Amino acid sequence: MPRKTATPDEVGAKLTAFLKRSHNAKSVRVDDVRLLTGGASRQTWSFDATIEHADGRSETLALIARADQRQTVGMMTRDAEYRLLEAAHAEGVPVPRVHLMGDDSLGAPFFLMERVDGETIARRILRDDEYEGARQKMTAQLGEILAAVHRVSIERHGLANDLAGPLAGKSPAESELQRIEGTFRSIAPEPHPAFELAIRWLKARRPASGEPTLVHGDYRLGNLIIGPEGVRSVLDWELAHVGDPMEDLAWLCVRSWRFGNDQLPVAGVGQREDLFRAYEAAGGRQVDAAAVHWWEVFGNLRWGVFCIMQARAYLDGLSKSVELATIGRRTAETEWELLNLMESA
Amino acid sequence: MQDRPSYDELLAAVEHFLDTEIVPNVPGSRGFHARVAANAIRIVRRELSGEEEHLAAEWSGLDAILGPAERPAGREELRSALRERNEVLSALIRGGDADDGETARKVFEHVQRTVRDKLTVSDPALLERS
Repeated sequence: MPRKTATPDEVGAKLTAFLKRSHNAKSVRVDDVRLLTGGASRQTWSFDATIEHADGRSETLALIARADQRQTVGMMTRDAEYRLLEAAHAEGVPVPRVHLMGDDSLGAPFFLMERVDGETIARRILRDDEYEGARQKMTAQLGEILAAVHRVSIERHGLANDLAGPLAGKSPAESELQRIEGTFRSIAPEPHPAFELAIRWLKARRPASGEPTLVHGDYRLGNLIIGPEGVRSVLDWELAHVGDPMEDLAWLCVRSWRFGNDQLPVAGVGQREDLFRAYEAAGGRQVDAAAVHWWEVFGNLRWGVFCIMQARAYLDGLSKSVELATIGRRTAETEWELLNLMESA
Repeated sequence: MQDRPSYDELLAAVEHFLDTEIVPNVPGSRGFHARVAANAIRIVRRELSGEEEHLAAEWSGLDAILGPAERPAGREELRSALRERNEVLSALIRGGDADDGETARKVFEHVQRTVRDKLTVSDPALLERS
């Protein structure tokens, strides 16, 4: 059954009490509580908090609460996401600054982070005049930022236990393909011959890879906050893992993330060569274009399986969202792109 | 036999209502979901108009790969038989029988045709850009 989401007033009252306790504040006022995204299990709340500290100092913070209604198996915990955001910030990746790790006051794990202003809606970023300057700069910026993501040391930041990595004795490519194939076989309500062809193609061409790095895992338009001056912040680290850095470069180029700007493979704003050049110049790993191509084919398969997964949440009655229901029909666009990529290879 | 308006005419009325009354007047995520809902109506209308032809084409494409079989008459039976035949095709691909040669070409072209038919329903604009 779909779970009832807490009302903004209920969440606001709980956050007020939590902030008052955590800051040992004289008073706290929470305003403008809004649910930004509410999945079946995970929610993002936006609010403003005015905190009057014990020393009389007062400040107003623009904050985001990331909460789990229930823990989903295989999903990154909020605690791990919090530590990952801290580590990424320390390495110079533009991310929202974390504010406080939560407790049990929302009845589910959560943390608070800074709310970064800007635009996340792809259609506006790609079409509005306001972002013309940003579009010119984004390809290079996205390469530079990714170089910083891949520099985040798993060991030094103690993230090894938080992140999934390659299976024992297997390369990142082999491991990720095995995982996505397993997911596909366990959730797809019907057969998909196009995915069978793609899996066969991918298995025959797995790239060797160098030293694994931190991989963001969902680095694309929609998960980036953009201002008129360019990229402000990288969001949505829940799919981060240890793997092949080429995976992130390729995912950014998956056709669905071009939102109609098909001729500009990098997020609908730029060319692959310019992305690769900026990435390498900023200290990223040496780019293997053939491996990136393999990961782009893989990325289309992965997004196709994610479409099925989201439709499953509707089919299984976890959500009644019309968006989740219709996303099942987007699977065909990934099949089409897979066939195009296999045919042109 | 039902009276007019036909199912397509009724759905067109719902689509028009969402597009002209709801989408422009409802802000935020509810407006976005109204846009998605109007699009879902469009998908259903296109599917209903092309379904018979698409299912028949998929069946004869599978005949050419798996050998001819009698096509069930009812729509539900046809859907369920197509599903079973697609399981057989999937197993054939998994087993490596469509890796090369004539079978590979036939399978690829068949899959391409059925995916194109799916897109004429779910996202014809994407096909026009291809």
